[in-house]
Amino acid sequence: MAQAITQALEAEMQADEKVLVLGEDVGLNGGVFRATDGLQKTFGEQRVIDTPLAESGIIGTSVGLSIYGFKPVAEIQFSGFMYPGFNQLVTAAARLRNRTRGEFTIPLVVRMPYGGGIRALEHHSESMEALYAHIPGLKVVIPSSPKEAYGLLRAAIQDPDPVVFMEPKRIYRAIKEEVKEDQEPIPLGKAKITKEGDECTVIAYGAMHWVAQKAIAQLGYKYHIELIDLRTISPLDTETIIKSVKKTGRCVITHEAPRSYGVAAEIIAQINEKALYELQAPVERVTGYDTIMPYYQNETNYIPDEEKIVAAIERVMKE
Amino acid sequence: MPRKTIANFELEYLQIMDETGSVDQELMPKIEKERLKELYKTMLLARTFDTKLLALQRQGRIGTFPQATGQEAAAIGPAACLEKDDWYIPSYREFAGLFLRKMPLSNVILSFSGDERGNKNNSEYKNYPLTFPIGSQLPQATGIAMGMQLEKKKNVVVVYCGDGATSEGDFHESLNFASVTKAPIIFIVQNNQYAISTPIKLQTSSQTFAQKGIAYDIPSIKVDGNDTLAMFAATQEAIQRAKLHQGPTLIEAFTYRICDHTSADDAKRYRSEEELESWKKKDPLTRLKIYLEKENIWTDKDEQQTEKENEETIAKAIEEADALPAVTPEDMFQYMYEDMPDNLKEQLEDCKKFKKNE
Repeated sequence: MAQAITQALEAEMQADEKVLVLGEDVGLNGGVFRATDGLQKTFGEQRVIDTPLAESGIIGTSVGLSIYGFKPVAEIQFSGFMYPGFNQLVTAAARLRNRTRGEFTIPLVVRMPYGGGIRALEHHSESMEALYAHIPGLKVVIPSSPKEAYGLLRAAIQDPDPVVFMEPKRIYRAIKEEVKEDQEPIPLGKAKITKEGDECTVIAYGAMHWVAQKAIAQLGYKYHIELIDLRTISPLDTETIIKSVKKTGRCVITHEAPRSYGVAAEIIAQINEKALYELQAPVERVTGYDTIMPYYQNETNYIPDEEKIVAAIERVMKE
Repeated sequence: MPRKTIANFELEYLQIMDETGSVDQELMPKIEKERLKELYKTMLLARTFDTKLLALQRQGRIGTFPQATGQEAAAIGPAACLEKDDWYIPSYREFAGLFLRKMPLSNVILSFSGDERGNKNNSEYKNYPLTFPIGSQLPQATGIAMGMQLEKKKNVVVVYCGDGATSEGDFHESLNFASVTKAPIIFIVQNNQYAISTPIKLQTSSQTFAQKGIAYDIPSIKVDGNDTLAMFAATQEAIQRAKLHQGPTLIEAFTYRICDHTSADDAKRYRSEEELESWKKKDPLTRLKIYLEKENIWTDKDEQQTEKENEETIAKAIEEADALPAVTPEDMFQYMYEDMPDNLKEQLEDCKKFKKNE
């Protein structure tokens, strides 16, 4: 997937000379996950910028570059290091279109690896997408495979508004897929039904989509399960979700992020508002816990796995 | 109304012991011979520990590990100036200083093998756990120093960051708070010349990192960070000032990491072989060893004996870490709050039901 991201960046940089890449170690070193490998060689130091080590500076100057007409793609090395930049994202990037009555627009993409599963150090494994999804004015996109990453990142760069593009680092190299250069961008805000079924809807995104696929495979032909890859966390594709849940009457939502106030909670609220009377069983969520993401020895106890998803599907199917 | 100069600034560079182990006697700080030997032994321990932990990482027994080879003097010189109740707040390459301040080696092994139990200090010295969000320890350290100031304690804080951290807002806010409050704190910038791959010329246009302190009216100095004696002397001076309520000091330790950024890095992508070789000649251990030999207080036999002891110490620490029972779901939940809320109790039960590791 890291390579698909490089390809998408390259394609957008070729198509639009206003697209810039900036961040820590993105140039000569090609990023710590090599997601920008070779770009500085192709496009030069003016368009692929190794910045000082300062997240507030990276996001804040990206806002300024956006106002001035550039399309910055900022890399934050790990999402756990984003917080000095959070201020600029929330108080400026997300608000400027609204507060200037549409005069200043911020076509900024913030890319950052997130999530656990690679035995990384502290602060390198959290899933904090709900923080960004909660901010009005931001879009939040999470790809689930190399092809998805390619198409969604191209769309994110073309999007006229700020997009937080979170890359599940567990699948940077775990999923291999050939990405064709002529693949079209994937529109933001649209979920994808990756498997059709009519007995139970399973909703996932990022690396958890891959885990959900494995859980469903374990169940074999036992139930007709519909699997939805959310792709965009915010704005949520409520239409696809509600249509599916109305059809199946059952739903299991899974994410790696902490349980409370998360993406699953919002989906459940949407289902309550729009499909409550079609439900056959209470909606289940299979999530991380409301604890600090543990160091890696406890990682497998924290991150939801196939077993937990299968158990949740069995519970809703009993009803 | 002609323009006139209203301020002038000067900056000193301090080296006491050069690469050949020759010492400027006039600048030589007061330090017991035995204490110097102890520092050297601890530096050797940290050096061997570095190699062993990298080997453990390569075997998959621990996770990503940031080595510290080459930066031992900058870590240990200041640590050697401190009392038990002074605070030593590392970034993440100050193992030599932490070992001198009795942090168990098994702590570091545990932390890097993905086990939070390694973060507990387990020492009677005031040591702070390693910090990974760059520079974020600096305002926290300043707060501790402000507390000492408020309580009129005769203690000081030594806090570390790297060259990259000087670009963070936290660095500047800390210097400003410390200067305004005259907090008893010594900021040490370990300038190893690279923030992962980013060289200092992309990090700052300033000629030195030390001069950043001048803007905050903080006495600042650039020191040969591979010179244990200079790091010791500069810190001692800073402590004297701090104890006289004259406020903070900034020390730039000019050094080099003779290793990759972490076990996940490949420094060959951004540094030349020649540059690396030239810095190996400035190794902080080599020059201290030569000096000790010249003073007739160190021999090859001592070196071999220490190496052997260090190997044993490290092997024992690995055993200690291995002997601990595996982490449990409770480890994840029990330190979240003083009293566990009901939602966490419920989640803990779920976690135990699906427990994975043994």
